[in-house]
Amino acid sequence: MRRRTTTALVGSLVLLTATGCGAADMTKQASPFANAGGAKSVTLSVQSWVGAQSNVAVAQYLLEHELGYRVDTVQVDEVPAWDALSQGRVDAILEDWGHPDQEKRYVEDKKTIARAGDLGVTGHIGWFVPTYLAQQHPDITDWKNLNKYAGLFRTAESGGKGQLMDGSPSYVTNDKALVANLKLNYQVVFAGSEAAQITQMKQFAKEKKPFLTYWYAPQWLFKKVPMTEVKLPPYKDGCDADAAKVACSYPHTPLQKYLNAGFARSGGKAAAFLKKFRWTTEDQNEVSLMIADQKLSPEDAAKKWVDSHPQVWKKWLP
Amino acid sequence: MTTLSVPASRPHTPRLLKSRAAGKLLLLALVTAVLLPLLHGGSWPHHLTVSLDKPLTSASNWVIDNRDSHPLFLYFFGYISNAVVLSVRAVYLTLLAAGWTGVTVFAALVAWRVAGVRLAAGTALAFLACGALGMWVPTMQTLALMVVAVLASVLTGALLGLAAGLSDRLDRALRPVLDTMQVLPAFAYLLPVVLVFGIGVPAAVLATVVYAAPPMARLTALGLRGADPEVLEAVESLGATRRQRLLTARIPLARGELLLGLNQTIMMALSMAVIASVIGAGGLGDRVYQALASVDVGQALAAGIPIVLLAIVLDRVTGAAGAADDTGSRTIGWPYALAVTAAVALATRLLHGLNWPTGFSLGIAAPVNRAVDWMTAHLYSGVPVVGGTADWAGHFTTWILDPLRGGLQWLPWWSVLLIVAALAWLIGTWATALTAVLAMAAIGVLGVWDPALDTLSQVLAAVAVTLVLGFATGIAAARSDRVERVLRPVLDVFQTMPQFVYLIPVVALFGVGRAPAVAAAVVYALPAVVRITAQGLRQVDPAALESARSLGATGRQQLWQVQLPLARRSLLLALNQGVVLVLAVVIIGGLVGGGALGYNVAFGLAQGDLATGLVAGAAIVCLGLMLDRVTQPTERRTKKGA
Repeated sequence: MRRRTTTALVGSLVLLTATGCGAADMTKQASPFANAGGAKSVTLSVQSWVGAQSNVAVAQYLLEHELGYRVDTVQVDEVPAWDALSQGRVDAILEDWGHPDQEKRYVEDKKTIARAGDLGVTGHIGWFVPTYLAQQHPDITDWKNLNKYAGLFRTAESGGKGQLMDGSPSYVTNDKALVANLKLNYQVVFAGSEAAQITQMKQFAKEKKPFLTYWYAPQWLFKKVPMTEVKLPPYKDGCDADAAKVACSYPHTPLQKYLNAGFARSGGKAAAFLKKFRWTTEDQNEVSLMIADQKLSPEDAAKKWVDSHPQVWKKWLP
Repeated sequence: MTTLSVPASRPHTPRLLKSRAAGKLLLLALVTAVLLPLLHGGSWPHHLTVSLDKPLTSASNWVIDNRDSHPLFLYFFGYISNAVVLSVRAVYLTLLAAGWTGVTVFAALVAWRVAGVRLAAGTALAFLACGALGMWVPTMQTLALMVVAVLASVLTGALLGLAAGLSDRLDRALRPVLDTMQVLPAFAYLLPVVLVFGIGVPAAVLATVVYAAPPMARLTALGLRGADPEVLEAVESLGATRRQRLLTARIPLARGELLLGLNQTIMMALSMAVIASVIGAGGLGDRVYQALASVDVGQALAAGIPIVLLAIVLDRVTGAAGAADDTGSRTIGWPYALAVTAAVALATRLLHGLNWPTGFSLGIAAPVNRAVDWMTAHLYSGVPVVGGTADWAGHFTTWILDPLRGGLQWLPWWSVLLIVAALAWLIGTWATALTAVLAMAAIGVLGVWDPALDTLSQVLAAVAVTLVLGFATGIAAARSDRVERVLRPVLDVFQTMPQFVYLIPVVALFGVGRAPAVAAAVVYALPAVVRITAQGLRQVDPAALESARSLGATGRQQLWQVQLPLARRSLLLALNQGVVLVLAVVIIGGLVGGGALGYNVAFGLAQGDLATGLVAGAAIVCLGLMLDRVTQPTERRTKKGA
């Protein structure tokens, strides 16, 4: 009895391989929710920060209302998003902050991902203190004076040192190396997600408490909590090449869009539209502020912006 | 959740127990005294660690480089992945084709068929509520995912259970495997699945199967083994073959257990649906996750409520199906139900279209967010006398978490192993003690001793708080029917609400750090502890209570001297469940500043860094195993989540 089952099992396996239902291509793995009900559809990846949500919200709104597509969105962290893009599970990343390893692997070597040009927004990462604090202590905005103020930034989590608050584990950061290499008396505390970090910053700001944080522009929160950047040793090309020896600030990065290579070739109007999508920091912040602060749904926020800026988006339509 | 049966008491003689315990401790002390000269203090010694960075990184690169070309992927994983995608898609398209009216009517009819009119009405209302919250399409996506994941889990679980139920040797071999699968926190093993299948639905479904299949396997085996021997003998005497006996007698006799297994599998799969959103599963979980990214608790709740509703409906309906005997509640036939569904779906298609009408919606996000804002504005700080929640969190961190972590990390590594061995041996057997010690030692070998003790300190603090609150509430619920009635729906909601929904409110109240992680864990683990405690106390033999009362014992004396000692096993089970659930959330606390192992897992997932993520994941698994063994009542429970 047992032998018979085994034989049957092996037999069917052999049969399956021999009749060759063919190879299953791991680079063509669309989401099961794509193109449902006969609608043409696009799957966009959303990263966890609000700026990325704004790009996606506006692209989604226009794809749905102007071009007749159905849009699915999936929230994925940055590096896994590259992976998902190469497999075709998502069709586009609209805001990438620079991942040289992934670019080499997927764009240049495997050619499963295609570049789709600038988003039009320039990103910059840095260390920030709230402006009310910078006004009290004008010299706090230079890294050389940070040790003097370490006591101000002490919290229950920072163990006697000053707290430098970092964000999500998915973000590009050299902060641990920076603190060590610049010999700062600080402890990097990871908030774990952008949401947690924003919530904490708003709480601090409401009480005008001092805080030092890893943060980045463009970001809608600057409108609610004005912040001043702390000067780190200036950025030079390649000064961040060795992750352990970094002792300079972060670069200014023109943010990029990427498409799945197959989608870029045969994605029709949707692909053409996403390649042309290009707006400014102010535009993005306007939408972000509506989503994150006024708590509009991304769709309502996108509608508001689209209704008031036809001159910007008319150019994107194919 | 369906009832959990806990044997009420176990005869034992305290003095014998005490002397045996003393003997065990003496033996351990002796072993240590002999080994002591060889050991030195401090953290886990560096030369006893093995770095897996290089092999893991190269393994990860190999997978990525070969995923599109190697036969293993083309002819094996690729097929699995395609099969999952195709079946989820088929279910999803069917659901969409039925439209919102079709799905609602069909669900209600099924509920009516198996569980009666009241549940049918509840089911219909639940589905309509999902639509009204603006979550119809995500709900259908989650439902499609769930159908496939549950079918796969049930199939896997039933096969394993069948094997274990029919063969003693397989049963012995499978038991530790299932035990281990049940204590693994799901967050810890998402990464390897993602590496092979990539982000998305196939990875999510497979992770769910690992998580949800064990209860099915366990209950199937239990059902098959528990079949009445007299019936089996009768069937045998009629000349039935082995296979006939299995199909006509043993499986039908195990129907109750099988349905309970299905029920458990569904509940666990649903709770996984949200965690799987971290790896791009889509659906309701993804909506919760996206809402959290924009710090929108209201929107997260709007996506969380459909999950709770689905869970409650599925639980009640499968529970009722398990409880109903064959003669009761036959109201309508299946063909009739299908025909009605098709008719309704067609009618709606002709009248309106299949999408949820945009006009019918409830905006709950705005009022919820106003409530949260009010809470954080008024409770966070500056409350007279008691201080704000931020101060509490600070004190909790400084006075409890810091000393606990400091103490654990200060202890010499061998003494930690010794404590683990002593605890596990006192409560279980030498085998459980050995597993616990080996698990703890594995953490050291992996080179994550310090972060693991950090996580452990958070777990201990959270468990302590959970037990104090849980036992108190459980005792209150056991002593008053009214309290229990009021508590029941609250517990249902808290138990099924996805853990992620708690994360942002706790940050708003307690700031970023370890304190909010502990708070979220307490909220999540509390319902199970309350339930088990209350149930254990209620099951205490009434005769024992009666005789205590007749001897003139006061209410307090009855509680302390009769009920609590007799419910000892339930209390231990509550402790064990509390520990396992707390660990699962403390890890997710890595997303709100909990740090330690949870942060490493999140980092590994976010950066695709197998070396960091997998090592931390393995350490969490070991920690879970150790904690489970140290708190394990001698007899195994049958499920994880209660």
